[in-house]
Amino acid sequence: MKHALPVLTVLCAIILGWYVAAVALNAPWARDQAARAGTSLTMPALIRATMTQERPVLPAPHQVAKGVWDGVAGQKITSKRSLVWHAGVTLSATLAGFAIGSLAGILLAVGIVHSRVMDLSVMPWAIASQTVPILAIAPMVIVVFASAGVTGLVPKAMIAAWLSFFPVLVGMVKGLRTPDRMQMDLMHSWNASRAQAFWRLRLPSAMPYLFASLKVAVAAALVGTIVGELPAGATAGLGARLLSGSYYGQTIQIWAALFAAAALAAVLVMVISGIERVTLKRMGLAR
Amino acid sequence: MTAALPLIAVWLGAFGLNTWLARYRGPIPSALVPLIFGATILILWEMACRSFAIPAVILPAPSQIWTAFGANLPLLWGDFVQTILKGALSGWLIGAAAAVATAIAIDRSPFLQRGLLPIGNFVAALPIVGIAPILVMWFGFDWQSKAAVVVVMVFFPILVNMVAGLKATDALARDQIATWGASYTQALLKLRLPAAMPFLFNGLKITTTLALIGAIVAEFFGSPTRGMGFRISTAVGQLNMPLVWAEILVAALAGTAFYGIVALIERRVTFWHPSQRQ
Repeated sequence: MKHALPVLTVLCAIILGWYVAAVALNAPWARDQAARAGTSLTMPALIRATMTQERPVLPAPHQVAKGVWDGVAGQKITSKRSLVWHAGVTLSATLAGFAIGSLAGILLAVGIVHSRVMDLSVMPWAIASQTVPILAIAPMVIVVFASAGVTGLVPKAMIAAWLSFFPVLVGMVKGLRTPDRMQMDLMHSWNASRAQAFWRLRLPSAMPYLFASLKVAVAAALVGTIVGELPAGATAGLGARLLSGSYYGQTIQIWAALFAAAALAAVLVMVISGIERVTLKRMGLAR
Repeated sequence: MTAALPLIAVWLGAFGLNTWLARYRGPIPSALVPLIFGATILILWEMACRSFAIPAVILPAPSQIWTAFGANLPLLWGDFVQTILKGALSGWLIGAAAAVATAIAIDRSPFLQRGLLPIGNFVAALPIVGIAPILVMWFGFDWQSKAAVVVVMVFFPILVNMVAGLKATDALARDQIATWGASYTQALLKLRLPAAMPFLFNGLKITTTLALIGAIVAEFFGSPTRGMGFRISTAVGQLNMPLVWAEILVAALAGTAFYGIVALIERRVTFWHPSQRQ
Protein backbone atom coordinates (compact mmCIF):
# COMPACT_ATOMS: atom_id res chain seq x y z
CA MET A 1 0.00 0.00 0.00
CA LYS A 2 2.91 2.30 0.75
CA HIS A 3 4.12 1.82 -2.80
CA ALA A 4 0.82 1.48 -4.62
CA LEU A 5 -0.31 5.08 -4.23
CA PRO A 6 2.84 6.80 -5.58
CA VAL A 7 3.13 4.33 -8.43
CA LEU A 8 -0.52 4.82 -9.37
CA THR A 9 -0.12 8.59 -9.22
CA VAL A 10 2.88 8.51 -11.54
CA LEU A 11 1.08 6.12 -13.87
CA CYS A 12 -1.94 8.43 -14.02
CA ALA A 13 0.36 11.36 -14.74
CA ILE A 14 1.99 9.39 -17.57
CA ILE A 15 -1.38 8.47 -19.11
CA LEU A 16 -2.57 12.08 -18.81
CA GLY A 17 0.60 13.35 -20.46
CA TRP A 18 0.14 10.72 -23.15
CA TYR A 19 -3.38 12.01 -23.93
CA VAL A 20 -2.11 15.60 -24.12
CA ALA A 21 0.71 14.52 -26.43
CA ALA A 22 -1.71 12.52 -28.57
CA VAL A 23 -3.93 15.57 -29.03
CA ALA A 24 -0.96 17.80 -29.81
CA LEU A 25 0.65 15.38 -32.27
CA ASN A 26 -2.52 14.32 -34.06
CA ALA A 27 -4.07 17.79 -34.29
CA PRO A 28 -2.27 18.92 -37.49
CA TRP A 29 -3.67 16.00 -39.47
CA ALA A 30 -7.21 16.54 -38.12
CA ARG A 31 -7.02 20.28 -38.94
CA ASP A 32 -5.72 19.42 -42.37
CA GLN A 33 -8.66 17.13 -43.02
CA ALA A 34 -11.12 19.73 -41.78
CA ALA A 35 -9.54 22.41 -43.98
CA ARG A 36 -9.87 20.16 -46.99
CA ALA A 37 -13.51 19.53 -46.20
CA GLY A 38 -13.96 23.29 -45.94
CA THR A 39 -15.00 23.25 -42.30
CA SER A 40 -13.30 24.45 -39.16
CA LEU A 41 -13.19 22.46 -35.98
CA THR A 42 -14.22 23.62 -32.55
CA MET A 43 -11.98 22.60 -29.69
CA PRO A 44 -14.07 19.62 -28.46
CA ALA A 45 -14.51 18.38 -32.03
CA LEU A 46 -10.78 18.69 -32.64
CA ILE A 47 -9.99 16.68 -29.53
CA ARG A 48 -12.52 14.05 -30.53
CA ALA A 49 -11.01 13.90 -34.03
CA THR A 50 -7.51 13.30 -32.62
CA MET A 51 -8.70 10.28 -30.62
CA THR A 52 -10.30 8.30 -33.41
CA GLN A 53 -7.83 8.43 -36.30
CA GLU A 54 -7.11 5.31 -38.29
CA ARG A 55 -3.34 5.92 -38.43
CA PRO A 56 -2.55 8.47 -35.74
CA VAL A 57 0.95 9.84 -35.21
CA LEU A 58 0.56 8.86 -31.57
CA PRO A 59 -2.39 6.61 -30.75
CA ALA A 60 -4.27 7.52 -27.60
CA PRO A 61 -3.96 4.99 -24.75
CA HIS A 62 -7.48 3.68 -25.21
CA GLN A 63 -6.79 3.05 -28.92
CA VAL A 64 -3.71 1.03 -27.97
CA ALA A 65 -5.71 -0.81 -25.32
CA LYS A 66 -8.35 -1.61 -27.95
CA GLY A 67 -5.60 -2.75 -30.34
CA VAL A 68 -4.19 -5.10 -27.72
CA TRP A 69 -7.67 -6.35 -26.78
CA ASP A 70 -8.52 -6.99 -30.44
CA GLY A 71 -5.24 -8.80 -30.90
CA VAL A 72 -5.67 -10.95 -27.80
CA ALA A 73 -9.39 -11.63 -27.54
CA GLY A 74 -10.78 -10.55 -30.91
CA GLN A 75 -9.12 -13.27 -32.97
CA LYS A 76 -8.81 -16.99 -32.91
CA ILE A 77 -5.49 -17.91 -31.33
CA THR A 78 -4.36 -19.61 -34.52
CA SER A 79 -5.14 -16.54 -36.62
CA LYS A 80 -2.21 -14.66 -38.14
CA ARG A 81 -3.66 -11.46 -36.73
CA SER A 82 -3.72 -12.75 -33.18
CA LEU A 83 -1.20 -11.21 -30.84
CA VAL A 84 -1.26 -14.38 -28.76
CA TRP A 85 -0.05 -16.39 -31.75
CA HIS A 86 2.75 -13.91 -32.51
CA ALA A 87 3.72 -13.73 -28.84
CA GLY A 88 3.77 -17.53 -28.76
CA VAL A 89 6.17 -17.65 -31.71
CA THR A 90 8.44 -15.14 -29.98
CA LEU A 91 8.12 -16.87 -26.62
CA SER A 92 9.10 -20.30 -27.92
CA ALA A 93 12.29 -18.97 -29.53
CA THR A 94 13.06 -16.91 -26.42
CA LEU A 95 12.66 -19.85 -24.06
CA ALA A 96 14.67 -22.22 -26.25
CA GLY A 97 17.49 -19.69 -26.53
CA PHE A 98 17.33 -18.82 -22.84
CA ALA A 99 17.58 -22.47 -21.84
CA ILE A 100 20.55 -23.13 -24.15
CA GLY A 101 22.32 -19.89 -23.22
CA SER A 102 21.97 -20.16 -19.46
CA LEU A 103 22.88 -23.84 -19.41
CA ALA A 104 26.03 -23.10 -21.44
CA GLY A 105 26.79 -20.14 -19.18
CA ILE A 106 26.46 -22.22 -16.01
CA LEU A 107 28.60 -25.06 -17.39
CA LEU A 108 31.34 -22.71 -18.57
CA ALA A 109 31.25 -20.90 -15.21
CA VAL A 110 31.79 -24.21 -13.41
CA GLY A 111 34.75 -24.89 -15.70
CA ILE A 112 36.19 -21.42 -15.15
CA VAL A 113 35.95 -21.67 -11.38
CA HIS A 114 37.74 -25.00 -11.33
CA SER A 115 40.39 -24.39 -13.97
CA ARG A 116 42.86 -21.55 -13.85
CA VAL A 117 43.70 -21.97 -17.54
CA MET A 118 40.10 -21.46 -18.56
CA ASP A 119 39.71 -18.58 -16.15
CA LEU A 120 42.71 -16.75 -17.58
CA SER A 121 41.85 -17.54 -21.21
CA VAL A 122 38.10 -17.04 -21.36
CA MET A 123 37.17 -14.53 -18.65
CA PRO A 124 38.82 -11.40 -20.14
CA TRP A 125 37.13 -12.09 -23.47
CA ALA A 126 33.78 -12.76 -21.84
CA ILE A 127 33.97 -9.40 -20.06
CA ALA A 128 35.23 -7.54 -23.13
CA SER A 129 32.46 -9.04 -25.23
CA GLN A 130 29.91 -7.28 -22.98
CA THR A 131 30.97 -3.96 -24.50
CA VAL A 132 30.35 -5.17 -28.06
CA PRO A 133 26.89 -4.38 -29.47
CA ILE A 134 26.24 -8.01 -30.42
CA LEU A 135 22.53 -7.42 -30.76
CA ALA A 136 23.06 -5.09 -33.70
CA ILE A 137 24.28 -7.95 -35.87
CA ALA A 138 21.36 -10.22 -35.00
CA PRO A 139 19.60 -9.73 -38.38
CA MET A 140 22.81 -10.74 -40.12
CA VAL A 141 22.89 -14.00 -38.18
CA ILE A 142 19.36 -14.72 -39.42
CA VAL A 143 20.34 -14.09 -43.04
CA VAL A 144 23.49 -16.21 -42.77
CA PHE A 145 21.54 -19.09 -41.23
CA ALA A 146 18.89 -18.70 -43.93
CA SER A 147 21.53 -18.90 -46.67
CA ALA A 148 22.70 -22.13 -45.07
CA GLY A 149 19.13 -23.41 -45.23
CA VAL A 150 18.23 -23.04 -41.55
CA THR A 151 15.14 -20.94 -40.85
CA GLY A 152 12.43 -20.69 -38.26
CA LEU A 153 13.04 -21.05 -34.56
CA VAL A 154 16.69 -22.11 -34.50
CA PRO A 155 18.44 -18.90 -35.71
CA LYS A 156 16.37 -16.71 -33.39
CA ALA A 157 17.06 -19.05 -30.50
CA MET A 158 20.79 -18.85 -31.27
CA ILE A 159 20.71 -15.05 -30.91
CA ALA A 160 18.69 -15.30 -27.71
CA ALA A 161 21.12 -17.92 -26.39
CA TRP A 162 24.14 -15.77 -27.24
CA LEU A 163 22.64 -12.77 -25.44
CA SER A 164 21.60 -14.67 -22.31
CA PHE A 165 24.91 -16.54 -22.16
CA PHE A 166 27.17 -13.72 -20.92
CA PRO A 167 25.09 -12.36 -18.03
CA VAL A 168 24.69 -15.90 -16.68
CA LEU A 169 28.39 -16.69 -17.14
CA VAL A 170 29.59 -13.54 -15.38
CA GLY A 171 27.01 -13.76 -12.58
CA MET A 172 27.60 -17.44 -12.01
CA VAL A 173 31.40 -17.09 -11.86
CA LYS A 174 30.96 -14.36 -9.29
CA GLY A 175 28.48 -16.49 -7.36
CA LEU A 176 30.60 -19.64 -7.35
CA ARG A 177 33.48 -17.55 -6.00
CA THR A 178 31.50 -16.09 -3.07
CA PRO A 179 32.53 -18.71 -0.50
CA ASP A 180 35.45 -17.14 1.30
CA ARG A 181 38.74 -18.72 2.34
CA MET A 182 37.39 -19.63 5.76
CA GLN A 183 34.41 -21.58 4.40
CA MET A 184 36.61 -23.37 1.86
CA ASP A 185 39.07 -24.23 4.63
CA LEU A 186 36.24 -25.62 6.70
CA MET A 187 35.19 -27.87 3.81
CA HIS A 188 38.82 -28.89 3.47
CA SER A 189 39.12 -29.75 7.13
CA TRP A 190 36.06 -31.97 6.76
CA ASN A 191 38.01 -33.74 4.04
CA ALA A 192 35.42 -32.81 1.41
CA SER A 193 36.27 -33.63 -2.17
CA ARG A 194 36.08 -30.96 -4.83
CA ALA A 195 32.75 -32.36 -5.97
CA GLN A 196 31.35 -32.27 -2.45
CA ALA A 197 32.61 -28.72 -1.93
CA PHE A 198 30.95 -27.79 -5.18
CA TRP A 199 27.55 -29.34 -4.48
CA ARG A 200 27.30 -28.37 -0.81
CA LEU A 201 29.05 -25.02 -0.63
CA ARG A 202 29.74 -23.33 -3.96
CA LEU A 203 26.48 -24.09 -5.77
CA PRO A 204 24.12 -23.14 -2.92
CA SER A 205 25.94 -19.89 -2.25
CA ALA A 206 25.84 -19.04 -5.96
CA MET A 207 22.04 -19.27 -6.12
CA PRO A 208 21.20 -15.60 -5.38
CA TYR A 209 23.68 -14.50 -8.06
CA LEU A 210 22.33 -17.06 -10.50
CA PHE A 211 18.76 -15.81 -10.18
CA ALA A 212 19.77 -12.15 -10.45
CA SER A 213 21.59 -12.86 -13.71
CA LEU A 214 18.80 -15.14 -14.98
CA LYS A 215 16.40 -12.21 -14.75
CA VAL A 216 18.75 -10.04 -16.81
CA ALA A 217 19.31 -12.92 -19.22
CA VAL A 218 15.65 -13.64 -19.90
CA ALA A 219 14.98 -9.97 -20.69
CA ALA A 220 18.02 -9.94 -22.99
CA ALA A 221 16.87 -13.15 -24.67
CA LEU A 222 13.47 -11.61 -25.43
CA VAL A 223 15.05 -8.48 -26.92
CA GLY A 224 17.36 -10.66 -28.98
CA THR A 225 14.48 -12.72 -30.34
CA ILE A 226 12.45 -9.64 -31.25
CA VAL A 227 15.39 -8.03 -33.04
CA GLY A 228 16.04 -11.37 -34.73
CA GLU A 229 12.53 -11.21 -36.15
CA LEU A 230 13.13 -7.83 -37.73
CA PRO A 231 14.74 -8.71 -41.08
CA ALA A 232 12.38 -8.56 -43.99
CA GLY A 233 10.89 -11.94 -44.73
CA ALA A 234 10.01 -12.79 -41.17
CA THR A 235 6.24 -13.10 -40.97
CA ALA A 236 5.70 -14.36 -37.47
CA GLY A 237 6.53 -12.99 -34.06
CA LEU A 238 6.26 -9.67 -32.29
CA GLY A 239 9.29 -8.27 -34.12
CA ALA A 240 7.66 -9.01 -37.47
CA ARG A 241 4.51 -7.22 -36.24
CA LEU A 242 6.65 -4.18 -35.39
CA LEU A 243 8.30 -4.21 -38.80
CA SER A 244 5.14 -4.67 -40.86
CA GLY A 245 3.44 -1.97 -38.78
CA SER A 246 6.28 0.42 -39.53
CA TYR A 247 6.17 -0.41 -43.26
CA TYR A 248 2.44 0.23 -43.60
CA GLY A 249 2.21 3.10 -41.11
CA GLN A 250 -0.07 1.08 -38.79
CA THR A 251 0.91 2.87 -35.60
CA ILE A 252 -1.72 1.16 -33.46
CA GLN A 253 -0.35 -2.22 -34.53
CA ILE A 254 3.18 -1.13 -33.53
CA TRP A 255 2.06 0.06 -30.12
CA ALA A 256 -0.02 -3.07 -29.53
CA ALA A 257 2.97 -5.28 -30.41
CA LEU A 258 5.17 -3.15 -28.15
CA PHE A 259 2.81 -3.57 -25.21
CA ALA A 260 2.51 -7.29 -25.87
CA ALA A 261 6.33 -7.50 -25.78
CA ALA A 262 6.43 -5.49 -22.55
CA ALA A 263 3.82 -7.75 -20.96
CA LEU A 264 5.75 -10.82 -22.07
CA ALA A 265 8.97 -9.45 -20.56
CA ALA A 266 7.19 -8.63 -17.33
CA VAL A 267 5.65 -12.13 -17.10
CA LEU A 268 9.00 -13.83 -17.79
CA VAL A 269 10.83 -11.79 -15.15
CA MET A 270 7.99 -12.38 -12.68
CA VAL A 271 8.07 -16.14 -13.24
CA ILE A 272 11.80 -16.20 -12.51
CA SER A 273 11.30 -14.01 -9.45
CA GLY A 274 8.68 -16.47 -8.24
CA ILE A 275 10.99 -19.45 -8.72
CA GLU A 276 13.72 -17.47 -6.99
CA ARG A 277 11.55 -16.73 -3.99
CA VAL A 278 10.47 -20.36 -3.58
CA THR A 279 14.00 -21.74 -4.08
CA LEU A 280 15.70 -19.31 -1.74
CA LYS A 281 13.03 -19.86 0.89
CA ARG A 282 13.46 -23.62 0.78
CA MET A 283 17.22 -23.12 1.02
CA GLY A 284 16.78 -20.80 3.98
CA LEU A 285 18.37 -17.92 2.15
CA ALA A 286 15.26 -15.75 1.92
CA ARG A 287 15.69 -12.24 3.17
CA MET B 1 38.63 -35.84 -41.36
CA THR B 2 42.35 -35.47 -42.11
CA ALA B 3 41.76 -31.77 -42.76
CA ALA B 4 40.80 -31.39 -39.12
CA LEU B 5 44.07 -32.85 -37.82
CA PRO B 6 46.16 -29.64 -38.09
CA LEU B 7 43.38 -27.72 -36.36
CA ILE B 8 43.36 -30.16 -33.47
CA ALA B 9 47.16 -29.99 -33.32
CA VAL B 10 47.14 -26.19 -33.10
CA TRP B 11 44.42 -26.28 -30.44
CA LEU B 12 46.26 -28.84 -28.32
CA GLY B 13 49.54 -26.96 -28.72
CA ALA B 14 48.07 -23.63 -27.64
CA PHE B 15 46.14 -25.26 -24.83
CA GLY B 16 49.29 -26.96 -23.59
CA LEU B 17 51.20 -23.68 -23.74
CA ASN B 18 48.45 -21.94 -21.78
CA THR B 19 48.30 -24.71 -19.20
CA TRP B 20 52.03 -24.36 -18.70
CA LEU B 21 51.82 -20.56 -18.50
CA ALA B 22 48.89 -20.61 -16.10
CA ARG B 23 51.01 -22.27 -13.44
CA TYR B 24 53.02 -19.07 -13.05
CA ARG B 25 51.52 -16.18 -11.13
CA GLY B 26 52.15 -12.58 -11.99
CA PRO B 27 51.09 -9.92 -14.44
CA ILE B 28 52.86 -11.30 -17.52
CA PRO B 29 51.22 -14.76 -17.68
CA SER B 30 47.79 -13.36 -16.88
CA ALA B 31 48.16 -10.96 -19.81
CA LEU B 32 49.70 -13.53 -22.14
CA VAL B 33 47.18 -16.34 -21.62
CA PRO B 34 44.11 -14.47 -22.91
CA LEU B 35 46.13 -13.10 -25.82
CA ILE B 36 47.27 -16.59 -26.80
CA PHE B 37 43.71 -17.83 -26.46
CA GLY B 38 42.37 -15.05 -28.70
CA ALA B 39 45.11 -15.59 -31.28
CA THR B 40 44.43 -19.33 -31.27
CA ILE B 41 40.75 -18.75 -32.02
CA LEU B 42 41.69 -16.44 -34.91
CA ILE B 43 44.21 -18.94 -36.34
CA LEU B 44 41.72 -21.81 -36.03
CA TRP B 45 39.06 -19.68 -37.73
CA GLU B 46 41.40 -18.88 -40.61
CA MET B 47 42.56 -22.49 -40.93
CA ALA B 48 39.03 -23.85 -40.79
CA CYS B 49 37.87 -21.42 -43.48
CA ARG B 50 40.73 -22.49 -45.77
CA SER B 51 40.90 -26.22 -45.20
CA PHE B 52 37.13 -26.79 -45.30
CA ALA B 53 36.67 -24.19 -48.09
CA ILE B 54 33.85 -22.51 -46.16
CA PRO B 55 32.17 -20.07 -48.57
CA ALA B 56 32.69 -16.40 -47.66
CA VAL B 57 28.90 -16.00 -47.74
CA ILE B 58 28.60 -18.06 -44.58
CA LEU B 59 31.78 -17.21 -42.72
CA PRO B 60 34.60 -15.10 -44.19
CA ALA B 61 38.13 -15.76 -42.95
CA PRO B 62 39.76 -13.15 -40.68
CA SER B 63 42.22 -12.22 -43.45
CA GLN B 64 39.34 -11.45 -45.82
CA ILE B 65 37.66 -9.31 -43.15
CA TRP B 66 40.90 -7.47 -42.54
CA THR B 67 41.31 -6.82 -46.28
CA ALA B 68 37.73 -5.53 -46.50
CA PHE B 69 38.40 -3.36 -43.45
CA GLY B 70 41.49 -1.83 -45.04
CA ALA B 71 39.89 -1.36 -48.45
CA ASN B 72 36.78 0.41 -47.15
CA LEU B 73 38.28 2.73 -44.55
CA PRO B 74 36.64 5.98 -45.84
CA LEU B 75 33.27 4.24 -46.10
CA LEU B 76 33.58 2.76 -42.62
CA TRP B 77 34.68 6.11 -41.19
CA GLY B 78 31.60 7.80 -42.71
CA ASP B 79 29.35 5.14 -41.17
CA PHE B 80 31.15 5.51 -37.85
CA VAL B 81 30.57 9.26 -37.79
CA GLN B 82 26.91 8.89 -38.81
CA THR B 83 25.99 6.14 -36.36
CA ILE B 84 28.34 6.38 -33.41
CA LEU B 85 29.26 10.05 -33.17
CA LYS B 86 26.01 11.64 -34.38
CA GLY B 87 23.45 9.02 -33.36
CA ALA B 88 24.75 7.14 -30.34
CA LEU B 89 26.99 9.69 -28.66
CA SER B 90 24.66 12.70 -28.88
CA GLY B 91 21.70 10.59 -27.75
CA TRP B 92 23.71 9.13 -24.87
CA LEU B 93 24.78 12.58 -23.68
CA ILE B 94 21.25 14.01 -23.89
CA GLY B 95 19.75 10.95 -22.20
CA ALA B 96 22.33 10.95 -19.40
CA ALA B 97 21.88 14.70 -18.79
CA ALA B 98 18.09 14.32 -18.73
CA ALA B 99 18.29 11.34 -16.35
CA VAL B 100 20.65 13.14 -13.93
CA ALA B 101 18.48 16.28 -14.02
CA THR B 102 15.34 14.21 -13.36
CA ALA B 103 17.03 12.38 -10.50
CA ILE B 104 18.01 15.67 -8.86
CA ALA B 105 14.56 17.13 -9.51
CA ILE B 106 12.73 14.27 -7.80
CA ASP B 107 15.37 14.10 -5.09
CA ARG B 108 13.34 16.27 -2.71
CA SER B 109 10.13 14.29 -3.17
CA PRO B 110 10.17 10.79 -1.68
CA PHE B 111 6.63 10.40 -3.04
CA LEU B 112 7.76 10.83 -6.64
CA GLN B 113 10.75 8.58 -6.03
CA ARG B 114 8.60 5.78 -4.69
CA GLY B 115 6.38 6.21 -7.73
CA LEU B 116 9.05 6.51 -10.40
CA LEU B 117 11.55 3.92 -9.23
CA PRO B 118 9.42 0.77 -9.69
CA ILE B 119 8.34 2.07 -13.07
CA GLY B 120 11.93 2.88 -13.98
CA ASN B 121 13.09 -0.58 -12.94
CA PHE B 122 10.26 -2.12 -14.93
CA VAL B 123 10.94 -0.07 -18.04
CA ALA B 124 14.67 -0.86 -17.84
CA ALA B 125 13.82 -4.56 -18.38
CA LEU B 126 11.53 -3.96 -21.36
CA PRO B 127 12.47 -4.44 -25.00
CA ILE B 128 12.70 -0.68 -25.57
CA VAL B 129 14.36 -1.20 -28.94
CA GLY B 130 10.81 -1.75 -30.15
CA ILE B 131 10.03 1.96 -30.06
CA ALA B 132 12.59 2.48 -32.81
CA PRO B 133 10.02 2.31 -35.68
CA ILE B 134 7.80 4.87 -33.93
CA LEU B 135 10.62 7.31 -33.31
CA VAL B 136 11.91 6.89 -36.86
CA MET B 137 8.42 7.87 -38.04
CA TRP B 138 8.43 10.97 -35.82
CA PHE B 139 11.94 12.30 -36.25
CA GLY B 140 12.70 11.29 -39.83
CA PHE B 141 15.38 9.04 -41.24
CA ASP B 142 18.47 11.02 -40.28
CA TRP B 143 20.52 10.74 -37.09
CA GLN B 144 18.01 12.66 -34.95
CA SER B 145 15.67 9.66 -34.77
CA LYS B 146 18.58 7.41 -33.80
CA ALA B 147 19.59 9.83 -31.07
CA ALA B 148 15.97 9.84 -29.84
CA VAL B 149 15.94 6.03 -29.58
CA VAL B 150 19.21 6.16 -27.65
CA VAL B 151 17.83 8.84 -25.30
CA VAL B 152 14.88 6.63 -24.37
CA MET B 153 17.04 3.52 -24.02
CA VAL B 154 19.64 5.03 -21.70
CA PHE B 155 17.32 7.25 -19.64
CA PHE B 156 15.88 4.76 -17.16
CA PRO B 157 19.00 2.73 -16.29
CA ILE B 158 20.87 5.98 -15.56
CA LEU B 159 17.92 7.42 -13.63
CA VAL B 160 17.62 4.37 -11.40
CA ASN B 161 21.35 4.38 -10.67
CA MET B 162 21.46 8.12 -10.03
CA VAL B 163 18.53 8.05 -7.60
CA ALA B 164 20.22 5.19 -5.73
CA GLY B 165 23.45 7.20 -5.78
CA LEU B 166 21.86 10.29 -4.27
CA LYS B 167 20.75 8.13 -1.33
CA ALA B 168 24.20 6.64 -0.84
CA THR B 169 25.46 9.00 1.86
CA ASP B 170 25.35 7.65 5.38
CA ALA B 171 23.60 9.37 8.26
CA LEU B 172 26.89 10.32 9.88
CA ALA B 173 28.08 12.31 6.88
CA ARG B 174 24.68 13.99 6.48
CA ASP B 175 24.64 14.94 10.17
CA GLN B 176 28.13 16.31 9.88
CA ILE B 177 27.27 18.58 6.97
CA ALA B 178 24.08 19.67 8.73
CA THR B 179 26.17 20.62 11.78
CA TRP B 180 28.20 22.89 9.55
CA GLY B 181 24.96 24.65 8.64
CA ALA B 182 25.10 23.69 4.97
CA SER B 183 22.11 24.60 2.84
CA TYR B 184 20.40 22.01 0.63
CA THR B 185 22.39 23.17 -2.41
CA GLN B 186 25.67 23.07 -0.55
CA ALA B 187 24.99 19.60 0.80
CA LEU B 188 24.03 18.45 -2.68
CA LEU B 189 27.09 19.87 -4.39
CA LYS B 190 29.71 19.06 -1.77
CA LEU B 191 28.50 15.79 -0.34
CA ARG B 192 25.76 13.98 -2.19
CA LEU B 193 26.71 14.51 -5.83
CA PRO B 194 30.29 13.34 -5.29
CA ALA B 195 28.98 10.37 -3.31
CA ALA B 196 26.61 9.52 -6.15
CA MET B 197 29.39 9.41 -8.75
CA PRO B 198 30.24 5.68 -8.46
CA PHE B 199 26.55 4.83 -9.00
CA LEU B 200 26.24 7.30 -11.88
CA PHE B 201 29.26 5.84 -13.62
CA ASN B 202 27.89 2.34 -13.12
CA GLY B 203 24.80 3.44 -15.05
CA LEU B 204 26.87 5.25 -17.67
CA LYS B 205 29.00 2.16 -18.29
CA ILE B 206 26.00 -0.15 -18.62
CA THR B 207 24.39 2.17 -21.13
CA THR B 208 27.38 2.57 -23.49
CA THR B 209 26.53 -0.74 -25.16
CA LEU B 210 22.81 0.07 -25.11
CA ALA B 211 23.50 3.34 -26.92
CA LEU B 212 25.35 1.59 -29.74
CA ILE B 213 22.66 -1.10 -30.02
CA GLY B 214 19.89 1.49 -30.17
CA ALA B 215 21.63 3.57 -32.82
CA ILE B 216 22.40 0.58 -35.04
CA VAL B 217 19.06 -1.20 -34.70
CA ALA B 218 17.11 2.02 -35.34
CA GLU B 219 18.78 2.22 -38.73
CA PHE B 220 17.09 -1.02 -39.79
CA PHE B 221 13.80 0.93 -39.81
CA GLY B 222 15.02 3.56 -42.24
CA SER B 223 18.14 5.66 -42.58
CA PRO B 224 20.00 7.84 -45.07
CA THR B 225 22.38 5.93 -47.35
CA ARG B 226 25.11 5.77 -44.75
CA GLY B 227 25.40 4.44 -41.23
CA MET B 228 26.47 1.11 -39.73
CA GLY B 229 23.00 -0.44 -39.50
CA PHE B 230 22.21 0.61 -43.06
CA ARG B 231 25.53 -0.77 -44.30
CA ILE B 232 25.05 -4.07 -42.48
CA SER B 233 21.56 -4.62 -43.88
CA THR B 234 22.45 -3.66 -47.47
CA ALA B 235 25.73 -5.58 -47.46
CA VAL B 236 23.86 -8.64 -46.19
CA GLY B 237 21.47 -8.19 -49.11
CA GLN B 238 24.43 -8.17 -51.52
CA LEU B 239 25.95 -11.13 -49.65
CA ASN B 240 29.08 -9.02 -49.15
CA MET B 241 29.93 -10.73 -45.87
CA PRO B 242 33.53 -9.48 -45.49
CA LEU B 243 32.17 -5.90 -45.46
CA VAL B 244 29.51 -6.87 -42.89
CA TRP B 245 32.16 -8.37 -40.65
CA ALA B 246 34.38 -5.32 -41.11
CA GLU B 247 31.42 -3.24 -39.93
CA ILE B 248 31.03 -5.58 -36.94
CA LEU B 249 34.73 -5.11 -36.22
CA VAL B 250 34.18 -1.34 -36.20
CA ALA B 251 31.21 -1.77 -33.86
CA ALA B 252 33.27 -3.96 -31.53
CA LEU B 253 36.20 -1.52 -31.50
CA ALA B 254 33.87 1.45 -30.98
CA GLY B 255 32.00 -0.32 -28.18
CA THR B 256 35.19 -1.25 -26.36
CA ALA B 257 36.67 2.22 -26.81
CA PHE B 258 33.45 3.91 -25.64
CA TYR B 259 33.37 1.73 -22.51
CA GLY B 260 37.09 2.22 -21.94
CA ILE B 261 36.85 6.02 -22.14
CA VAL B 262 33.96 6.11 -19.68
CA ALA B 263 35.86 3.77 -17.33
CA LEU B 264 38.90 6.05 -17.61
CA ILE B 265 36.87 9.14 -16.73
CA GLU B 266 35.37 7.19 -13.84
CA ARG B 267 38.83 6.45 -12.51
CA ARG B 268 39.71 10.15 -12.58
CA VAL B 269 36.45 11.28 -10.99
CA THR B 270 35.98 8.61 -8.33
CA PHE B 271 39.63 8.12 -7.42
CA TRP B 272 38.60 8.06 -3.74
CA HIS B 273 36.34 5.03 -4.05
CA PRO B 274 37.67 1.70 -2.65
CA SER B 275 37.16 -0.10 -5.98
CA GLN B 276 39.44 2.40 -7.74
CA ARG B 277 42.27 2.44 -5.22
CA GLN B 278 45.41 0.75 -6.36
